[in-house]
Amino acid sequence: MSTTLAAQPYVDARDRGGAAQPMLIVRALQRHFRVKGAGKGAVVRAVDGVSFTLFKGETLGIVGESGCGKSTLARLLLHLIVPDSGELVFDGEAVAAPRGITVAALRRQVQMVFQDSYASLNPRMPIQDSVAFGPMMNGQSRPQARRAAQDILVKVGLRPDLFGPRYPHELSGGQKQRVNIARALAMGPRMVILDEAVSALDKSVEAQVLNLLRALKRTLNLTYLFISHDLNVVRYISDRVLVMYLGQVVELGPAAGLFTTPRHPYTRALLASRLSMDATRRIDTPPLIGDPPSPINPPSGCRFRTRCAHAEAVCADHMPTLGAWEDRTSHVAACHMADATSGHSLAGTA
Amino acid sequence: MSKTATLTDTPLPTDSEFEGAPATPVRGYWQSVLVRLSRDWVTLAFGVVVLFIICCAIFAPLIAPFDPYSQSIIGRLKPFGWRNHPWGTDELGRDLMSRLIYGGRISLVMGLAPVLVATIVGGTLGVVGGFAGKIANTAIMRTMDVFYAFPSILLAVAISGAMGGGITNGIISLSLVFIPAMCRVAETATAQIKNLDYIEAARASGAGTLAIVRHHVLGNVLGPVFIYASSLVSVSILLASGLSFLGLGVQPPEPDWGLMLSTLRQSIYVDPLGCAMPGIAIFITSICFNLVSDGVRAAMDVRE
Repeated sequence: MSTTLAAQPYVDARDRGGAAQPMLIVRALQRHFRVKGAGKGAVVRAVDGVSFTLFKGETLGIVGESGCGKSTLARLLLHLIVPDSGELVFDGEAVAAPRGITVAALRRQVQMVFQDSYASLNPRMPIQDSVAFGPMMNGQSRPQARRAAQDILVKVGLRPDLFGPRYPHELSGGQKQRVNIARALAMGPRMVILDEAVSALDKSVEAQVLNLLRALKRTLNLTYLFISHDLNVVRYISDRVLVMYLGQVVELGPAAGLFTTPRHPYTRALLASRLSMDATRRIDTPPLIGDPPSPINPPSGCRFRTRCAHAEAVCADHMPTLGAWEDRTSHVAACHMADATSGHSLAGTA
Repeated sequence: MSKTATLTDTPLPTDSEFEGAPATPVRGYWQSVLVRLSRDWVTLAFGVVVLFIICCAIFAPLIAPFDPYSQSIIGRLKPFGWRNHPWGTDELGRDLMSRLIYGGRISLVMGLAPVLVATIVGGTLGVVGGFAGKIANTAIMRTMDVFYAFPSILLAVAISGAMGGGITNGIISLSLVFIPAMCRVAETATAQIKNLDYIEAARASGAGTLAIVRHHVLGNVLGPVFIYASSLVSVSILLASGLSFLGLGVQPPEPDWGLMLSTLRQSIYVDPLGCAMPGIAIFITSICFNLVSDGVRAAMDVRE
């Protein structure tokens, strides 16, 4: 599972800090959206103080329920949505800061694959032109960009002479998603954000695309941020996993550790919600009941306490923090039970 | 998890189903539109009719059998074929066929020019309003809503009345009548695609707003704008005739289909067939424009 952790030394001409320097550091990233009709000054806390580190050459999986802010986070990282506050550091350079890296330069090195494979391709553009569009916008001539597009189509397993001239509606879902991957890769990125990139595909096609993504990562030296709500898929592809709940990070750790010994009750509940193929292990009651609370008016203290079996007074009074993490083996959880000094009756047990 | 891990060994998809299939040439979007159009015989046939009407208007002096202005006090409202007048004469004894051929000149200009101006101005405003963000959108669309407060014919009459008669002022007033609706059509189409992922992907690949509009927005907005514009051509011809009837558009004795329709209308019991001729001309022209534009719109849809 963790083959990529021991992968070959990372090499890229654009690399600045070496393999030890994280690809992306996210610090206290925040974005609130104003909402109409929910009272004066009401905001949706879509992403509320998210911090994490993405190391070079790894795949970081991000999981969480619908509406927990995963997609907003992805768009914030590319400045497709401008963050309210917080800091992004890409390979040692602060994004959109004086003396840092510009958003345009960031977008040349970080690309994104969207969930809806149909909506993310222009229906009136042959797919070859869609793939060539990015390179063309970055100074390549049309024939140059076309050739680059054809090369990259080969890499995702689509014959350019057959598929290049086609329009999106002539392709299957899996093929369209491979075109989207090709479009992202045509820019020669070092990091790719995959926002639910396989969620809309059939299981068999999903497996194909996942394997393609793994192969591409090996050959092209990529770093992935893999967003999904499918825990099995995340476990399959990720080195480390980050769990989000209502715009905040609740747990972060290596995939193997997080899936075998989850520390946050929300993660435990998520893992327990997976359907079992084993008839003897079927569960009658869902581990999580009801919808998450409104991100407009989240609960005080710990945001998960309204659905948590172990909630106590301390959970309503103080918001638990993720704690300090040092490297790619750190496994931390934002829960009072994980903190021995929190005053929770089960403190230190998680 | 060990089960899914073995998936790694399955080969990458190769799409062998298409092995040996002939390669199709890469065509740009507009090239492919032309190819689809060239296969659409119905549209091509009606296109020929439209071309014929336009040629008749352009070469009117060569084709018209008589002088469209020469009157005859004894030859008024004569039937078809009277003294070599193939379609008879009008209420002042002028050759009807010649007047219809000459009338095409003004009617086509009155039908096409306002629509063209409205498409360019209204379409641009609509795309800007749909794409540029909230403030620009509100400014543009609320201004357009002001024009919606008036019935279109009333608005055209008011503007023409304020500026005076004549063909140029008629074109200007009709353009102003059509711009708000055209703007709305373009704005709706733009707003629909504005938030789609491919626009966001284009932005993520470093494209500027102008490049995104040029490559990704215009092609998708042109379809609905085009079909709406074509439906306006016949409306424009009729509105222009309405203005002429009120003495605000084309002035007599200039031949214009709309004007002829309104002056011949008094003779409908004496010469019903001659009376119907300008109407038939408007009908054929507008239906041909509609069918051709429908064909072009179909050709612009990649799924056809």
